[in-house]
Amino acid sequence: MTDLEQRLAGSPATTVDRGQLATALARRASEARLLDVAFAALDSPLGELTVFVTRRGVVRIAYADEPIDALLDEMAASLSPRILRAPGSTDAARRELEAYFAGERQAFDVPVDWSLIHGFATGVLRATARIPFGRTSSYGQVAMSAGSPRAARAAGNALGSNPIPIVVPCHRVLHADGGLGGYSGGLDRKRFLLRLEGSLPG
Amino acid sequence: MGVHLPPFQHLVDEHAAELHRFLVASVGPHDAEDCLQETFLSALRAYPRLRHGDNLRAWLYLIAQRKATDLVRRLGRRPVSDLDGVPPERLSVPPQAIGDDGLWMAVRQLPAKQRAAVVHRFVFDLAYREVAVRMGISEVAARQNVSAGLRRLRMEVER
Repeated sequence: MTDLEQRLAGSPATTVDRGQLATALARRASEARLLDVAFAALDSPLGELTVFVTRRGVVRIAYADEPIDALLDEMAASLSPRILRAPGSTDAARRELEAYFAGERQAFDVPVDWSLIHGFATGVLRATARIPFGRTSSYGQVAMSAGSPRAARAAGNALGSNPIPIVVPCHRVLHADGGLGGYSGGLDRKRFLLRLEGSLPG
Repeated sequence: MGVHLPPFQHLVDEHAAELHRFLVASVGPHDAEDCLQETFLSALRAYPRLRHGDNLRAWLYLIAQRKATDLVRRLGRRPVSDLDGVPPERLSVPPQAIGDDGLWMAVRQLPAKQRAAVVHRFVFDLAYREVAVRMGISEVAARQNVSAGLRRLRMEVER
């Protein structure tokens, strides 16, 4: 190696402030309307939640069981690859969820983006979104609201694939005989949410 | 079905640190951060229009190389009177950060491809084959750019 090459190789390692980069990048991307999907995590009594938001509204809420890489791939394929971690853009949704878990909020005002919901599930989940805090419904009833009174099982499947749990309150749908039914986040979480709303005895 | 592109956040997570180092060597520590943001913003703008997801790393380096060139040109064009209020580290790489003021000033003035090739070869200590992959050019072209860059640097520094 020549002296010149050695001097070039002797440049010190650098460090980039990742937090600062992420904040600045997310802000500038959002201002330039280049951010299609923003996401950020939030702590909840049900474990960490990851909230995904588009310009239309909350599009996806994931429990910690779902690996973040798989989630991001899913969002990139089904919505847009322009995805960034952007706490600012998800702030409104995260604050409402925090207030809900703190018992200070019973309904969500943030808009919902229904883009990930298709076909029969649309009717089922829109009907589910109308079940008020503290009330429950049955699989048969939401199937009926979706226009197919005999499709209770299909309604169960649609609820199981709800991309926006909590905000679209699929935990409020139970078996007609009062049995808990299923929940994509696990029955412990379903019980917790129903107790929080006073629908199950503490 | 369109092209499969990874979520953009992955590109930031995987390549921010190395692109930053590339830019510190190319434009100096003072402007590297802003150049890095500009690089990612340009990439994000063009991202959905990419026709394939191969060698995204080389694609990001190419954008960073362009941003570095734009910046060097902008600073170079600035009239002298405008430089009065500019802190000295903006005009040259601070010696304490990089060791050799004159040398790094000369690196900044290299033609874009030569500058990128020299930085990949020596700052990152890459073999020519790897330099070629990162730049998306042939190995022969990588060698030519490195040796042309070195020749120019030698003239500047050993003058």
